[in-house]
Amino acid sequence: MLGFAIRRLAQAIIVMIVVALLAFTLFRFVGDPVNQMVGIETSIEEREALRERLGLNDPIPVQFARFIKSAAQFDFGTSYQFRQPVSDLFLKRIPATLELSFMSALFALAVGIPMGIYAGLNRESWVSKLFLSVSLIGISLPTFFIGILLIFLFSVTLQWLPSFGRGEVVQVGSWWTTGLLTVSGIKALILPSITLGLYQMTLIMRLIRAEMLEVIRTDYIKFARARGLPNRLVHFRHALKNTLVPVITITGLQLGSIIAFATITETVFQWPGMGLMFLQAVQNVDIPIMSAYLLLTAFLFVSINFIVDILYYLIDPRLRVERA
Amino acid sequence: MSVLDIQNLKVEFPGRKSTFVAVQGVNLQVEAGKILGVVGESGAGKSTVGNAVIGLLQEPGRIAEGEVRLHGERIDGLSEKKMRALRGRRVGMIFQDPLTSLDPLQTIESQLVETIRTHLPMSASQATARAIELLDSVGIPDPAERIKQYPHQFSGGMRQRVVIALALCAEPEVVIADEPTTALDVSIQAQILELMKKLCVERNVSMLVITHDMGVIADITDHVAVMYRGKLVEYGETDQVLGRPQHPYTQSLISAVPRPDIRVKRFPVVNYIEEAGTPTRHIDISTHWLGKARDYAKPDGALVKIRDLDMRFETKGSIFPSRRKYFSAVKKVSFDIHEGETLGIVGESGSGKSTIARVITGLYHPSGGSIDFAGTELTSLKDPKKVLAMRRQMQMIFQDPYSSLNARMRVRTIIAEPIKFHKLASSNSEVRQIVDDLLDHVGLGVAAGDKFPHEFSGGQRQRISIARALATRPRFLICDEPTSALDVSIQAQILNLLKDLQEELGLTMLFISHDLAVIRQMCNRIGVMRNGELCEVADCDALFENPQHPYTKQLLNLMPSMELLSRANLQDSVETPA
Repeated sequence: MLGFAIRRLAQAIIVMIVVALLAFTLFRFVGDPVNQMVGIETSIEEREALRERLGLNDPIPVQFARFIKSAAQFDFGTSYQFRQPVSDLFLKRIPATLELSFMSALFALAVGIPMGIYAGLNRESWVSKLFLSVSLIGISLPTFFIGILLIFLFSVTLQWLPSFGRGEVVQVGSWWTTGLLTVSGIKALILPSITLGLYQMTLIMRLIRAEMLEVIRTDYIKFARARGLPNRLVHFRHALKNTLVPVITITGLQLGSIIAFATITETVFQWPGMGLMFLQAVQNVDIPIMSAYLLLTAFLFVSINFIVDILYYLIDPRLRVERA
Repeated sequence: MSVLDIQNLKVEFPGRKSTFVAVQGVNLQVEAGKILGVVGESGAGKSTVGNAVIGLLQEPGRIAEGEVRLHGERIDGLSEKKMRALRGRRVGMIFQDPLTSLDPLQTIESQLVETIRTHLPMSASQATARAIELLDSVGIPDPAERIKQYPHQFSGGMRQRVVIALALCAEPEVVIADEPTTALDVSIQAQILELMKKLCVERNVSMLVITHDMGVIADITDHVAVMYRGKLVEYGETDQVLGRPQHPYTQSLISAVPRPDIRVKRFPVVNYIEEAGTPTRHIDISTHWLGKARDYAKPDGALVKIRDLDMRFETKGSIFPSRRKYFSAVKKVSFDIHEGETLGIVGESGSGKSTIARVITGLYHPSGGSIDFAGTELTSLKDPKKVLAMRRQMQMIFQDPYSSLNARMRVRTIIAEPIKFHKLASSNSEVRQIVDDLLDHVGLGVAAGDKFPHEFSGGQRQRISIARALATRPRFLICDEPTSALDVSIQAQILNLLKDLQEELGLTMLFISHDLAVIRQMCNRIGVMRNGELCEVADCDALFENPQHPYTKQLLNLMPSMELLSRANLQDSVETPA
């Protein structure tokens, strides 16, 4: 178990270094950073001085090493457009994105799992057929369209929920802001969470349903029934637990993509998160923000995958034995 | 009064177009503390009877007629709730495959305790105590420790003991065992059968044992019911039915069972066996393409000489050679196979018998030792042309007739492929003619060539495999459990076919099986393997009459006795030991 964790950790570090290399090359090849930072009137000498001061004349491996060192210390340089440290900008934005992502993941799991179980156990009932057809919509409609549809329905027509922003936020600790403690903050979360989580919810539902149908046919479920165990035990203790391994894989990967690709939802709802900032950075060629975003996303993916691998061990005892 | 009484049972599966009747007019009674066997081949409806009793018929199956009574009380047509209270509490069930019958994610304890507490009013600690006691009574050593383990930490035989403990949790009156030992090795089978007999006596449990295996029937049952195509054809006391079968189906089924105690030249061909596959056109092998080009130079001594063969597999890789771990599947094995003889290799699962076959055919490269085939050392052979020429001379028939044929190729293409690959025929029309002849000769008929493998039954597919193996005009044929996936009557036909072919073509054969009775019918000499080692090689009759190695003695002792079985149909074909 420990050896396994260490191996996985080593792999994760390799992935991070490769991503860092990509992020680093952004600086080198997407325009000249000095040109981005100074005005037109700056003289060539001043530019040279700035170049020297930024270390841009050092050999590339030295620059890369410096880049990794500062990135490890959460220092991604200064944003071209805001003239502020990138890490400060991210710290302000991260709580919004994480809150949104976790709420939508929660929504996807809390709704998707029960729907999947129901549809797997009662495959012939009209309710499960309805679930399946509705889930097709969730999979096939693009996120921005669903967002706009929800805004039109609940914000414009019914005027129940706000159409943009985080509502009122409360400062918790030194840098975390939360919308979960105020009524307007929670109201503001509802529509973006559903928009972002709908695809994941349908995916989880269909996955659980398919796995349930598979597991229900196995001998140990038949044997559990032949022992006269009540349905509650057969369905939840035996069947559901056995469906969980693939579900955890997908959920983990999807959680990563929820956080990383909240961009569209954040744009539709003008949600002040990292995704919105990233989009603006792309429009303004703000390379430090782009490369920091790349690194952060990769870090999230790698950590989530690592946690998922550890979870397998907790669920499936067969993996715990050392492969002798 | 009988404990379990089945009257005029009819089970049907309504389909979209028509209703399939799986079981019809079945009457069975199980007495207290007795074992009733239900025997039949696949599709006979024997498992359906068991599932109908316990109310777990596969959708959309239903009991259309008849009654099932437990101690006189009707239990068919009970509500799902009442049925659930009865399952496990009054009727227990044991399934075929112990490897898949237990939930892999729950400890043995949690599965036992949940079952006990579902049926009996006990606290968790009382239930655990009872569970440990049960494990002890089914012969699991150190039950207090092992109960905390997961199913994958138990061997197949131990798991089947756990399954039996689970079935007995709440002291049921009847236990239905559906092929309880089919997935187990012969030594484990003997232990499990012994345990079942003991439990019947000690706990006064009645059992309904569903099996295809006459050996199991002869060994443990008091009464036996023979089923054929959903109907009960014969029912009575076991020694009566097996010793003096009345119905022609029972007679033919019994005569098709290979016996360890006698050797038959051919299994009698009986009418009740379907797809008997008589060749539609007789082909004179000696003048045919198949029989030509067989004038091989006589080898110096044995055809195949295997010396100190070693095969080990890496089980734990490492960049440091000293930290790698290996599993030795075959350890220093030496034997000869003479031209024209059949050498049998028998052993339990994991003994390395299939590995030997794969090493000889070149599917694995051996870790050590030498293989000499007709004077050519195979392990050091590098020239691809020579390797091909050797490959052509040896062919293999695999165990599973379902996965060893490419489902997307027509039978004709499958059989023609080796002929074309080795360029054994001059024109396409000649290839076609050869394939047609082969199909006729293995008893499939020419029309079979245009079909796909899935259109055939298991026995017919094995005939296709045999035709494919013959298509290279091999000198040496390796059969790896060729009949263990087949019903007994089909097995008899395939064994007959193999015997005929060997006689006609003078083939040399290596015949691998776990079944001593089959080995006895087929082989001149027999090698016994255990844990990768060859314990003993001896002439067939000598091995059965006078085994030398203790493991061989043990194996022979464990075989279910077939002495009860009638020999009526066999009189003409029994070979007297020379």
